[in-house]
Amino acid sequence: MALLEVDNLQTHFRTPGGINRAVDGVSFHVNEGETLAIVGESGCGKSVTSMSLMRLIPEPPGRIAGAIRFAGRDLLQLSDREMRAIRGNDISMIFQEPMTSLNPVLTVGRQIRETLMIHQGLDKQAAEAHAVEMLTLVGIPEPKRRVREYPHQLSGGMRQRVMIAIALACNPKLLIADEPTTALDVTIQAQILKLMLDLKRRVGAAIILITHDLGVVAEIAERVMVMYAGRKVEEAPVAELFRSPRHPYTQGLLGAVPRLGSSLTGTARRLAEIPGQVPDLRKPITGCVFAGRCALATDLCRQYAPGLEEKGPRHVAACHYAAKGAVAA
Amino acid sequence: MSPPLLQVNDLKKHFPVKSGLFGRKSEFVYAVDGVSFEIARGETLSLVGESGCGKSTVGRAILRLFDITAGQVILDGQRIDDAHPGTMRQMRRRVQVVFQDPFSSLNPRMRVRDILAEPIRNFGLAKSAEDLEVRVTSLMDTVRLPREALNRRPHEFSGGQRQRIGIARALAAEPELIVCDEAVSALDVSVKAQIVNLLQDLQSEFGLALLFISHDLAIVEHMTHRVAVMYLGKIVEIAPRREIFAAPRHPYTRALLSAVPLPEPGAQRNPIILKGDVPSPINPPKGCRFHTRCPLVFDRCRVEEPVLRATGTEQWVACHLEDGAVATSG
Ligand SMILES: Nc1ncnc2c1ncn2[C@@H]1O[C@H](COP(=O)(O)OP(=O)(O)OP(=O)(O)O)[C@@H](O)[C@H]1O
Ligand SMILES: Nc1ncnc2c1ncn2[C@@H]1O[C@H](COP(=O)(O)OP(=O)(O)OP(=O)(O)O)[C@@H](O)[C@H]1O
Ligand code: SF4
Ligand code: SF4
Ligand SMILES: [Mg+2]
Ligand SMILES: [Mg+2]
Repeated sequence: MALLEVDNLQTHFRTPGGINRAVDGVSFHVNEGETLAIVGESGCGKSVTSMSLMRLIPEPPGRIAGAIRFAGRDLLQLSDREMRAIRGNDISMIFQEPMTSLNPVLTVGRQIRETLMIHQGLDKQAAEAHAVEMLTLVGIPEPKRRVREYPHQLSGGMRQRVMIAIALACNPKLLIADEPTTALDVTIQAQILKLMLDLKRRVGAAIILITHDLGVVAEIAERVMVMYAGRKVEEAPVAELFRSPRHPYTQGLLGAVPRLGSSLTGTARRLAEIPGQVPDLRKPITGCVFAGRCALATDLCRQYAPGLEEKGPRHVAACHYAAKGAVAA
Repeated sequence: MSPPLLQVNDLKKHFPVKSGLFGRKSEFVYAVDGVSFEIARGETLSLVGESGCGKSTVGRAILRLFDITAGQVILDGQRIDDAHPGTMRQMRRRVQVVFQDPFSSLNPRMRVRDILAEPIRNFGLAKSAEDLEVRVTSLMDTVRLPREALNRRPHEFSGGQRQRIGIARALAAEPELIVCDEAVSALDVSVKAQIVNLLQDLQSEFGLALLFISHDLAIVEHMTHRVAVMYLGKIVEIAPRREIFAAPRHPYTRALLSAVPLPEPGAQRNPIILKGDVPSPINPPKGCRFHTRCPLVFDRCRVEEPVLRATGTEQWVACHLEDGAVATSG
């Protein structure tokens, strides 16, 4: 059974310019012990999706509709109190912007400790010891000194690792990691990814990984969901997605990453761009959301929105032409 | 010959920290401990290395966000590490910064229009109100944000869109050098490609120089001219792009490159796993700072600190193995 089932999630924001349909009817699931990566253009709704799962969307201006079933319970029906008990405990999250989610006036040790005291009922001493242990696990040198420091005294990567330590402290069943390794160098990144995989092995945790790093996706994800303009446009097992991306947006995405070794192979000096911009989500969109930027767009695309269709085993994409092989790269 | 745009000589930044029981002992974090390099006009120098090795501290020292402990920072032949506030003002215009986390550096109460207008006004760059408006709108075009977004506030944008606002704000001051501290790290690949292309365009158009701090080695390789690899507050290798990526000499550089995950599921890699913990910058190891984790360590490394030595014409490496010395024991 799926640990998490998201059904037609819609998270909209009221803004002066109209309703921003940041997430507009997204459905997906994550199995126990599975790693699902969510990728997609900036602003496509990845963070809003994950904040919705945690029910951390400010309401108003936000409004969440649909169903989010976690271990059988619909999170959207829970009281705030019930939700608080889940957050940080059963489901925890590594936020995209560590500096805004750590409290600047509390030592990092205190911040980890409090999570442990609230959710695991540890006493102060046990929590302190566990906090030091967590900092050691995420590779922070001299954890005993660091627990007494404030966020601004740490380097960017260390702050991010503190966030990770807090998120992992309670052995969550579902870990949502929003860009967990962007501020980290590759050696620490490898260490953090290993920690996340250990958590998975140890407690069978599921992971939702949001990242722009396709190298990280290739390394640890089992399935990938591609979002565009608040919708799911493609989903497939990781190897399948990299081998035969069906949606033109996914193809563009895979083409835009430089590969290590480019200076030797003399690959093009310019990176491939996907021209144009994401559509304004406050205006109604008829037809395919990607039509404005798609080289293959036809009148059909501009008039009728393609639905998600099966393009291969466990592989779906929302494109009128993907099935016909017309878009094969 | 005109001086290089930026010269950094033996830069040191030691942060005092309290430690010991009840915080009575005063010690120092040797965040940056003797770093020297130059950046030419229109050049990109990348700083790479482990988290906490001092990259941002180097960047912040150049921006003079604090007083440095020792050394010199020279912009266009003029020292700026001890410059007076008056001279500093113009210097500040010439060196701008883009951070990774644009949210904490953008005032949430200001509209984008005012965020962009502020540096233009501060440095007196606009001739008139119309000129200001023209500049602000053309900045939006440059970073490819819709003009109507000028009236919105930072929280209404996604992380990547905010980063473009951060870049637009840096460009507003018409700088000669931009310190990009993980500036493209949080961006999605297509926006990253746009921003990287944009930075390269600005570079060729205006001769903009970049100090590019990044963990994304594939992006670094794609866009840099030279690379400085740092470890625990020091540069261990500095060389042109080709040398770093095709023929890295320092054992740390090699380990770093081997750890890059490739965008190919199931790809075979042989990462060099570094053993041991990252040492503390408070008590950096004696001798070679990398010796506690170096797979090639030998006796001399534990007692004598290697200095940066030229190996090829432009490749400098701080490792005893470059000295013709023979590794005798492991
Ligand atoms: N509080 C808010 N009020 C209004 N709009 C919002 C709010 N928070 C997010 N949005 C909008 O929701 C959309 C999706 O944003 P989101 O942060 O989920 O993007 P993302 O996919 O995480 O992008 P990135 O990769 O840049 O982090 C954006 O258009 C953004 O402007
Ligand atoms: N204000 C400060 N007070 C005390 N120590 C500091 C301060 N700022 C930085 N440090 C320390 O200096 C060292 C270098 O930090 P810096 O931010 O330069 O690292 P970095 O290379 O940019 O790392 P990252 O890749 O994680 O951003 C770290 O040990 C950090 O904890
Ligand atoms: S449906 Fe048409 S516009 Fe949309 S992605 Fe497919 S080809 Fe492009
Ligand atoms: S000097 Fe010795 S320890 Fe340092 S990098 Fe070279 S071989 Fe390794
Ligand atoms: Mg996000
Ligand atoms: Mg930094």
